[in-house]
Amino acid sequence: MSQIIKVGMADLNICVSPDGITTLGLGSCVGIAIRDPVTKIGGLAHVMLPDSTEIKNNSNIPKFADTGIQELVDQIVAKGGNKTRLVAKIAGGAQMFAFQSQNATMRVGDRNVAASLKKLKELNIPVLAQDTGDSYGRTVIFYPENGDYIIRAVGKPEKVI
Amino acid sequence: MGEMNLDNLSSQYFDVLKELGNIGAGNATTALAQMIGTKVDMCVPQVRLLDFKDVGDLMGGAEKIMAGIYLALNGDIDGSIMFLLGKQAARHLVDKLMGTGPKSEDEEFDEVEMSALKEVGNIITGSYLNSLSMMTNLKLIPSIPYVAIDMAAAILSVPAIQFGMMGDKILLIETQFFDELKLSGYFILLPDIDGYSKILSSLGMGDISN
Repeated sequence: MSQIIKVGMADLNICVSPDGITTLGLGSCVGIAIRDPVTKIGGLAHVMLPDSTEIKNNSNIPKFADTGIQELVDQIVAKGGNKTRLVAKIAGGAQMFAFQSQNATMRVGDRNVAASLKKLKELNIPVLAQDTGDSYGRTVIFYPENGDYIIRAVGKPEKVI
Repeated sequence: MGEMNLDNLSSQYFDVLKELGNIGAGNATTALAQMIGTKVDMCVPQVRLLDFKDVGDLMGGAEKIMAGIYLALNGDIDGSIMFLLGKQAARHLVDKLMGTGPKSEDEEFDEVEMSALKEVGNIITGSYLNSLSMMTNLKLIPSIPYVAIDMAAAILSVPAIQFGMMGDKILLIETQFFDELKLSGYFILLPDIDGYSKILSSLGMGDISN
């Protein structure tokens, strides 16, 4: 029987097909899904902040895009994934409230997306699809079996990227 | 004074923050009663310090649809305040305020109703801030209110991210109001890193952590 593994806020986990992995209600956080399409090992990181080097108290690895993505890749590889085959999809990074502010804290969704893309590029992991930005929350479910990344939002039809 | 970190807050300071929450929520309840013109009762608020991963389980699940009203703060403290309530409770308060009679919980808020909801948030958070301001003698200037109606976890990601810059926990105050219905509301006060220290030192408290 396959199961769906849950990932919380500032959290990450891996799974092996046929299992799926989910995180509920991504707001300004970003959900980074990575898999090895051959071994069908994959995982999901729910990161809150772009950069661990900007924060003094940075021991919580899954909280940051830079350290969280690195850890997710390391765990997938440790489980038997091949680093050169990894591919990614990302979702989230919304701006939940319509501020006009230029304040960096308020634009954290955009910054989380940019930091995630940067880290994935640095690790040479291609980003096959993304559903980011805008102003609504997203629940995501990822299946390492075929790489489907399902996105649900309030009052919108379900989409698969 | 040591750097503020909510993760190792001493019980003494937790009690002070709890008391601030109590008084603020009490004033907010009075304001709410005046606004909708009925008697409103309140339970003793619960103050919670939660790990991020548990945030979604509060409020009836990560995907429960909530209304969040958010105001930025300036003045002696920079930061923000948020008031959250379930969509059903928001619908109930807006219908009361508009005098339009009850509508279905599923019905979306139109533009006028969204304004009414912002006003509800404005009055509730305003009275909360007033009491905080009076107790601490700190000047707190709120921005205009912003509203989002979405999944609880998505709305909470905004304050969680701000708490995330300071530590790995989020502090929130749960208040239950009753008129004909039981309405659960949540306050999240988010001073910036210096803000908690300013609030506590203005109340004559010294070092914050254990």
